[in-house]
Amino acid sequence: MIDALMDDFFYRALIAGIATAALTGPIGCFIIWRRMSFFGDTLSHSALLGVGLGLVFSIHQTLAVFLIALAISFSLHWLRQKASISSDTSLGILSHGALALGLLLLTFLPPSRIDLSAVFFGDILTSSPRDVGIAVFCLVGGLIVLRLIWHSLLVQTINPEIAKAEGMRTKLVEFTFSLLLTIVIAFSFKIVGVLLISALLVIPAASARQMASNPEMAALLASVIGCLSVAGGLGASLHADLPSGPAIVCSALVIFLASVMGRLLIIRYR
Amino acid sequence: MTMLISAENLSIKGDVGWRVKNVNLEISKGEIVTMIGPNGSGKSTVAKALLRIISPDEGQVIHHKKLKIGYVPQSLQVTRAVPMTLKRFLQLTTSHSAKDIDDVMALVGLTAPLTQSVSDLSGGQFQRALIARALLLKPDLMILDEPVQGVDFKGEVALYELITQIRDKIQCGMLLISHDLHIVMSQTDRVICMNGHICCEGSPSAVIADASYLTLFGPKASEFLALYQHDHDHHHHHDDDHNHLDGATA
Repeated sequence: MIDALMDDFFYRALIAGIATAALTGPIGCFIIWRRMSFFGDTLSHSALLGVGLGLVFSIHQTLAVFLIALAISFSLHWLRQKASISSDTSLGILSHGALALGLLLLTFLPPSRIDLSAVFFGDILTSSPRDVGIAVFCLVGGLIVLRLIWHSLLVQTINPEIAKAEGMRTKLVEFTFSLLLTIVIAFSFKIVGVLLISALLVIPAASARQMASNPEMAALLASVIGCLSVAGGLGASLHADLPSGPAIVCSALVIFLASVMGRLLIIRYR
Repeated sequence: MTMLISAENLSIKGDVGWRVKNVNLEISKGEIVTMIGPNGSGKSTVAKALLRIISPDEGQVIHHKKLKIGYVPQSLQVTRAVPMTLKRFLQLTTSHSAKDIDDVMALVGLTAPLTQSVSDLSGGQFQRALIARALLLKPDLMILDEPVQGVDFKGEVALYELITQIRDKIQCGMLLISHDLHIVMSQTDRVICMNGHICCEGSPSAVIADASYLTLFGPKASEFLALYQHDHDHHHHHDDDHNHLDGATA
């Protein structure tokens, strides 16, 4: 049964996509609660540099994107802490610096080696059985780690001083969260393409927030909405021959609009 | 009085030079201490050192028993974007019995229903929720960072009355942090005026008449002095409490 599913490129894409979206949902909730969607954007832009370097050094693309996003994440921390450069200035510099470097690097590569449409629109439909395996492994690992740090991460999102004053290991938790975020970004890149990575983080989480009354429900709903968006987008891309990345983000957008309308209706007629 | 916490020659480095230097202070059971100073004067740094969130580069912080500290951060620094009911928020780090929650809510005048979302609370109710959350930890010492920030004068008076009530009821120590001296602070037992080091300390009326306080806060302080003296002539015999602690040469 699993073999039969794995033989079909569409089901492989579906499983890889759902495994990724199930993890971007809860991580995206924290991005929203911490008002750091610009941070997500910066890491996303660095994905292009990751792709270029991956090709130059023949590293697996997802791994290359992950390593670069990690490097950018640490540079950001360093710029803020040691060089005392303000957060949004650091983000602006790193975001566009990485983007420009990535674009330059891509022009030096022979056109035969790079599929630009895959970079910009995602190439989830080309997922190999191995890609699917890695995505599922990361989902399971990611959910376990998230469960372990959940309580502390939640408290320090609400107020870091309360977390520290009440004995939580805030630095370790913060580091783990950055790691999860970069993993999620490396996988999202393959699904929706370099420009739309943070959409997959932010839009399902924003829809969930319209409906949830507690953080756990928000995380679960964001997961489910992310998975529905992937399924909807992939279906549309198969039937109408649309690029899969933008189709997935558009179905997330439709769900978001529906959730806002639904909430307004409930408030009005309550 | 039982001493709860003390700092001895507490010094903490900043990016350039010392952020705070040679701070000596102590807070006893049932005492309300207010620390004032302009922005960047190191008040919050001292508070964080007392909470043991940051460790001193020189000197030390002593907790004189197994001290439980209830920390009330600036309300603007607390994210209300996470969907959460008031009931959950009050038990953010520890769970409490329904009776304890009811008692503390009554004490701080938190009247919003427990099922209400934290993001829908008014500013005043949210401030009380933050105080209630800290109180539920049954603290020996409460540290409140800018508790009257963004609160109008009437609200300020009410909050200070509340702080005094809490002290009277549970006999904890209280450290309040503020960027300015407020008229209502006449209720505090002792004022510590910070600017990288302790400029002056003593009773509110003593600090307000101190030359270094006037230098630090400028003409506004003098106006305030006039107002204060007008309101609180009867407090003037406290002046002899004043002892000037000279800190670092800033």
